[in-house]
Amino acid sequence: MTVTPGWYMALAAVLFVIGTGGILLRRNALVMFMSVELMLNAVNLTFVAAGRELNVLDGQVAVFFVMVVAAAEVVVGLAIIVAVFRRRQTASVDELSELRG
Amino acid sequence: MDLALSLIVLLPLIGMLILFAFGRRIGEPGAGIVATVAVAGSFVIALVLALDLFSGEGSVETVRWFEWLPAFGVEAELRWDQLSTLMTLVVTGVGSLIHLYSIGYMHGDARFGRFFAYLNLFITSMLILVLANNFALLFVGWELVGLSSYLLISFWFERDTAAAAGKKAFVVNRVGDVGFIVALMLIFSVFGSLGFDTVFDGAHNGELTGAMATAIALLLLVGAAGKSAQLPLYVWLPDAMEGPTPVSALIHAATMVTAGVYMVARTGAIFEVAPIAAATVAIVGAATALFAATIAMSQRDIKRVLAYSTISQLGYMFMAVGAAAYVAGIFHLMTHAFFKALLFLGAGSVIHGMSDEQDMHKMGGLAKKMPVTFITMAIAWLAISGMPPLAGFWSKDEILGVVFERGGLWQVLWGVGLATALLTAFYMTRMMWLTFFGEPRWDEGIQPHESPKLMTIPLVVLAGLSVVGGLVNTPFKLTLEHFLEPVFEAVHLAHAPEGSVAWILAAVSVAAGIIGIGAAIFRYRDRVPAEDGTGWRLLNNGYYIDDMYAGVFARGGKLGAAWLAFRFDVRGIDGAVEGVGSLTRRVGGWLRPLQTGFVRSYGLAVVAGAVGLLVWFLSRGGL
Repeated sequence: MTVTPGWYMALAAVLFVIGTGGILLRRNALVMFMSVELMLNAVNLTFVAAGRELNVLDGQVAVFFVMVVAAAEVVVGLAIIVAVFRRRQTASVDELSELRG
Repeated sequence: MDLALSLIVLLPLIGMLILFAFGRRIGEPGAGIVATVAVAGSFVIALVLALDLFSGEGSVETVRWFEWLPAFGVEAELRWDQLSTLMTLVVTGVGSLIHLYSIGYMHGDARFGRFFAYLNLFITSMLILVLANNFALLFVGWELVGLSSYLLISFWFERDTAAAAGKKAFVVNRVGDVGFIVALMLIFSVFGSLGFDTVFDGAHNGELTGAMATAIALLLLVGAAGKSAQLPLYVWLPDAMEGPTPVSALIHAATMVTAGVYMVARTGAIFEVAPIAAATVAIVGAATALFAATIAMSQRDIKRVLAYSTISQLGYMFMAVGAAAYVAGIFHLMTHAFFKALLFLGAGSVIHGMSDEQDMHKMGGLAKKMPVTFITMAIAWLAISGMPPLAGFWSKDEILGVVFERGGLWQVLWGVGLATALLTAFYMTRMMWLTFFGEPRWDEGIQPHESPKLMTIPLVVLAGLSVVGGLVNTPFKLTLEHFLEPVFEAVHLAHAPEGSVAWILAAVSVAAGIIGIGAAIFRYRDRVPAEDGTGWRLLNNGYYIDDMYAGVFARGGKLGAAWLAFRFDVRGIDGAVEGVGSLTRRVGGWLRPLQTGFVRSYGLAVVAGAVGLLVWFLSRGGL
C-alpha cells in the first residue's frame, strides 16, 4: 500500500476537525490554544503535501511563515493567559465574559 | 516723477506705520506733528507735480508699482491725470489742515497717537482710491476708506452709541458695496479687464450695449449711494457724527463721502451710454438734496444739522454728475470740501468751547465769546447759502444752470434744486442764529472760550478758500472746466447756459438764498420757538426712516436669524447630526446581543461561516 497525497489530506482533515472540536468544546484557554495549534499544523500538513505533490517550494515557504506567526501569537497569547490566571485563578473562557454587549 | 508720485501715497502710509508702532511713545503733540507733516508733505509734492498740468504742459502719467492681478488685466498702477490731481490736492490740502486742527482738538485724549494713525490710514486709503488706474485698486481704496471711517466713527468706543454708529456705517456701506462688486463683475465680463483705459475706451467705442450698460451704471450708482450717503442708503451718515468732530469734517463731509461723486465722474464713459441710469443718478441726487434739507431744518444737534446738510449737498453733486455736468459736480465737490470742512471745524470749535455741549437750544450769543470761530463760520454760512461771490455761489449756480439748460423734465429737477437752495439758506441761518446770536442759553457752569490758535488757523485758511475757491470756475473764466476737459473727452459734457439766461438764473437762486436767510432771521431773531409740533417732530426724527429701517430690515434680519438659529439650525442641522447619532445607537442596540462575551460562541460563528463559505463554493462547483 502506497501512501498517496490523499492520505495526507485525510489526516490533515482529521487533525483540523479535532482542533475545531477542541476549540468549540473545551473551556480551558490553554487547551483551546493547543487546539488552535493543531488546526494550524493540519493546514501546514496540507501545504507540505501539496507542495511535494506539485514539486514546488511554495508550500514549504508558506509553512515557515505560518510557524513563525504562530510562534509569535503563542507568546502573546500565553502571556495573556498567565496574566489572567494570576488575577482570577482560572483560565476558563466562559468566566471571562466581561465584554458581553 | 515715479518716485514723487509714489511718495504722495507712501508718506501718509509711513506716517501711519510709525504711529501704529510708536504712537504711544511719541505722545502728545509729537504724534500729531508726525501725521500732519506726512500729509502736508504729500500735499506739497502733489502741488509741485500739479504745476505742469496746471500750465497745460504736463501729460497724464501712470506709475506701475508691481504686477498684481494679471487675470483681471490689472496691475498696482497709479494714474496721475487732471481729475486725480484735483482730488489729491483737495484730500491732502483739506486733510493737512484738519490734521493740524486735530492736534488742538484731541488734546488730552488717551489715544492721541492712535487717532492720528487712523487719520493717516484714511488719507492713504483715500489717495489709493483717487489715484488708482483700474477698478480693482479703486475698490481696495474704497474698502480701506470704509474701514478707516468705521475705526474713526467708533473711536470713542467706550460710548455705546459710538460703537453702534460705527457698525451701522460699516453695514450700510456693505450694502452699497455689494452693488459695486456686482458692477465690477459685469464690467469684467464685458471687457475682460478692469483697467480704466480698456473699459472706458471700450464703452466709448460701443462695446457696451443698452441693457448691460444700464445695469452696470445702476449698480455703480448703488455703490456710490452707499459711500456718498444718498437715498436710500444715507442713514449711516447722521449717526457717524458720533466720531470726533475733525473726523466728521474730513471724512464725513469733505473727502470720503465724495468718493461716490468721484466714482460716477470717473466712470462717465459708462453713464454716457446709459442715459436712463444717468437720469436716475440725477433724480436720486435731487430727491436726496431736498429730503435731507428738510430734515436739517429741524435738528437741534449742531453736528446733525451739518450732517444732513452734507447729505443734501452731496445730492447736488449727484444731480450734477447725473446730468453729465461732471465738471460742475467736481467743482461743487471742491468748494463744498472747503466750506463744509470749515463749518464742521467751526462746530467743533464751538463744542470745544462749550464743554462738549451740542444742543443749539442751549447755545446762543457766542459771537462775542468766539470771534474767530464766528467770523469764519459766517463766511462758510454765506458760501453754502449761495451768496455771491463766495465759493458756494459759483458751484451751486453752475449745477442749477446746467440742469435748467437741459430742458424738458430736467427743469423739474432744477425746481427741486432751487427749493433746496432756499431750505439750505434757511437751516444754515437757523444754525448760525441759534448758535451765535440772541441771548445766552448756556447751562450753568459753562464758560465759553475761543479755541487755541492751532484750531483757529485752519479755520482762517479754509475761510479764505471758501471766499476765493469759487473763482477757479466762473462763467467769465472757466479755468477748471478747461483743466478737466481732457479727462472727459469721451463724454458730452453738459454746459451751463450763457448770456441773459445765466444772469436770470443766478438772480433767481440768489433770491432764493436771500428769502431763506430772511425767513430764518425773521423766525429766530429774538426768540427760540419751541419747535415741538407734529411737523417738527416728524422732521426731527428724519421722517422716522431710521425707525422704519429698524423695524423692517433690522427686525426682519433678527427674525430671520432667529429662525435660522433656533429652527433651522436646532431642528434641521442639529437634527440631522443627532439623527445620524441616534440611528447608529439604535442599530448598535439591535446588534448588541451578538456580542455575548463567550469566546466559544464566536468560534462557533467562525466555523459556521467557514462551513457556509465552503458549501457555497462547492455548490458553485469550485472557486
